[in-house]
Amino acid sequence: MSLSTFATLLERLAFTPQRLAKERLLAASFAQIPDPDRGLTLAALTGDLKLRQVTPSLLRGLTETRADAQLFRYSYDFVGDLAETIALIWPEGTRSDPPLSEVIHELSTTPRTRLPALIATRLDSLGPSERYAYLKLATGALRVGVSARLARSAFASWANLALPQVEEIWHALTPPYLDLFAWAAGTAPRPEAAARAPFRPVMLSTPTDLDQLSALDPAAYAAEWKWDGIRVQAVSDAGTRRLYSRTGEDISPAFPDIIDLMTFDGTLDGELLIRRGDQIASFGDLQQRLNRKTVTPALLRSHPAGLRLYDVLIWNGQDLRDQPYDARRATLAQAVATLDPRIDLSPNLPFTTWDDLAALRAAPPADVIEGVMIKRRDSPYLAGRIRGPWFKWKRDPHLIDAVLMYAQRGHGKRSGYYSDFTFGVWNGDDLVPVGKAYFGFTDEELRELDRFVRTNTVERFGTVRSVARTRVVEVAFEGLNRSTRHKSGVAMRFPRINRIRLDKPAAEADHLSTLQAMLPKDD
Amino acid sequence: MAQPPLLIPRPEGLYCPAGDFFIDPTRPVPRALITHGHSDHARPGHSAVMATRETLDIMAIRYGEDFTTARQPYTDPIRIGDVTVSFHPAGHVLGSAQIAVEGQGQRIVVSGDYARVPTPTCAPFEPVPCDIFVTEATFALPVFRHPPPQVEIARLLASVEANPDRAHLIGAYALGKAQRVIAAIRAAGWDAPIFIHGALQRLCDYHVAQGIDLGDLRPATDGRKSDFAKAIVIAPPSAFATTWAQRFPDPVLAFASGWMQVRARARQRGVELPLIISDHIDWPNLTATITELNPAEVWITHGREDALLRWCELTQRAARPLHLVGYEDEAE
Ligand SMILES: [Zn+2]
Ligand SMILES: [Zn+2]
Repeated sequence: MSLSTFATLLERLAFTPQRLAKERLLAASFAQIPDPDRGLTLAALTGDLKLRQVTPSLLRGLTETRADAQLFRYSYDFVGDLAETIALIWPEGTRSDPPLSEVIHELSTTPRTRLPALIATRLDSLGPSERYAYLKLATGALRVGVSARLARSAFASWANLALPQVEEIWHALTPPYLDLFAWAAGTAPRPEAAARAPFRPVMLSTPTDLDQLSALDPAAYAAEWKWDGIRVQAVSDAGTRRLYSRTGEDISPAFPDIIDLMTFDGTLDGELLIRRGDQIASFGDLQQRLNRKTVTPALLRSHPAGLRLYDVLIWNGQDLRDQPYDARRATLAQAVATLDPRIDLSPNLPFTTWDDLAALRAAPPADVIEGVMIKRRDSPYLAGRIRGPWFKWKRDPHLIDAVLMYAQRGHGKRSGYYSDFTFGVWNGDDLVPVGKAYFGFTDEELRELDRFVRTNTVERFGTVRSVARTRVVEVAFEGLNRSTRHKSGVAMRFPRINRIRLDKPAAEADHLSTLQAMLPKDD
Repeated sequence: MAQPPLLIPRPEGLYCPAGDFFIDPTRPVPRALITHGHSDHARPGHSAVMATRETLDIMAIRYGEDFTTARQPYTDPIRIGDVTVSFHPAGHVLGSAQIAVEGQGQRIVVSGDYARVPTPTCAPFEPVPCDIFVTEATFALPVFRHPPPQVEIARLLASVEANPDRAHLIGAYALGKAQRVIAAIRAAGWDAPIFIHGALQRLCDYHVAQGIDLGDLRPATDGRKSDFAKAIVIAPPSAFATTWAQRFPDPVLAFASGWMQVRARARQRGVELPLIISDHIDWPNLTATITELNPAEVWITHGREDALLRWCELTQRAARPLHLVGYEDEAE
């Protein structure tokens, strides 16, 4: 595959708004592109290419040898993206179209001191969109709106594989993934032999409510609290220890404190939480520890992590996934007794009727509980989200009445409709935005909201319209965190528009103090 | 006593004291000379207007027949007061002209908006030697190197082929850009009907009446959703946000503009298929035009004057910004 083909793919991904369309585009590419280029493309998207670090200052310095520094600065101010500015301003030379593998090889093997000359020579012989793709590769940030997970999911659906099967071996694979593509083609077995401490697909639940539960026999089910942390899988396999997110991402580097505690041999399923003594801290505290490559000793002290276990998949070499839940829990209880107290068991809740459970769920003993999990006592541990054996019965969402403030146009089937809404609550005499929602409403409600936006626009900025502050909507959300990024100081989790309150004047919408009172009190 | 300059910037626009007229004034004046029909250059309410016949026609279409009390179509060089005035094609939109003002042994060319990419929709830009060249600077940054329109049309047609279930909605301004895009699509061999938004109808009709072939144009009004699959629809960009856009099946939003060269601009507009098609001069052609004309002075009307001033400084040319207000970037 040539660099120009890669550049075209990046361009199309960047301008395709819908997730599904991006997946289709990627699938078509995996089908068309030969090895090893498709593997390199996949690695570029998942961020797994290990190239030399090309710094912005290196690129700035290079560009100033080809363009007037002041004109370059005016251009950068206007364009706003360094790689794009350089791609557009670099003088045109002779055009060549090198293979993608060649430029990746160069960028990963050329010594630091020779990088500037290499990059300049390449830029001299590429067209503008190839220069852009080249610079994006070199700086390691493609920014085409494709997450690593979306790229893997596109691969899995193209290869007709279940995503968990791909994710559980991902950490052991290296670009250009010849073994992975051979497996997809059916010409080689699943490349798992190399993988120590592999990730196993996680069992997921489906939502339920009291109506649905009443048809079931409570005696056939066990229940646990649903903790508001991060679902993880802790794997310790012949000395190799890894902590995975439920999507199979290896998050071990961010949690050395957990890794230290994993003095067992097996695969455990649980919730990652920040705990200070007996206290479980809020999700906001846990967020401080997420998405880090390393962690400072100070953060380890101020935000110590722990595990609360739900299940056991493998113990001392024995795969327990076919055993019933009750048997696995018995093994798990014995196992936990041998571990550090910062790894403990998520207890089973005592109940005989669904009403008992409803009462427990209505008054949980801690803020970081977001409902109850209900699990069939005879169910094996199954991969994926299967309806039946496991249910989640979430705490009722929080509801507030908020005032519509801004609206933005949607895409695809929602083209021509205003379908992304920003809403706010009162703070004194002012409305302060507290969240954004783009689902929750019916088609009929969407038409009503769209009409409202069109007839009540007071100002436009790009694709955003500011609307008259007269329409109240009921917003449902799952939880609230403190936020320094938002002017309101709060951030909602999963906000959605529950219904339109035509009956309510804007002055009667909720106040920020109502939200502040809902914030977790432990920080 | 020194003579007053031939042209001076005034709040109303560029003024010629020796001829007592304004060029492209942004407020009503007794006598206006107008380069072209875009609404930021051609405004209604002047007592007398001189312009090309096409520009006068276009103003009448947009503002009604009574947009001025005295219309004077330009035909040949003409004496106005103590100066001689002549109009020369600017290559921007149908009827667009540069206005040359000559007197006191000096010639100033006011180019208005101009472009050097050929299009069948208007006469090509004519270089007019001059002492002072008055230029726009809409795309005056070295990042603006617009690709040939054929390349962009090829991308459009490839997208149409690849998405046979979807309509392609192309945002293009009603005067000039829409017809430039349609003509370029025709030149690429696409002869299926092209659907147009109602706001484009009268100006497209006018182009056709002037002998410009735009092929089979149909109103994008009637028809079921499925009738617009694989269709190309041209509309003013403002129509994207209206209920009008709801009638098309899962539309691909495209936008034809020189700004589409910058990704953030395309994303900000929610564009899925940015088409870099401009009727303004880009950086290489702008600098080449100034080099070719080699005027003693360059005056800059509107746009990115800082960058063009810098380039003039680097190439040792006298230049000054006029800071004229009221002109917009590529007819927004
Ligand atoms: Zn214009
Ligand atoms: Zn203009």
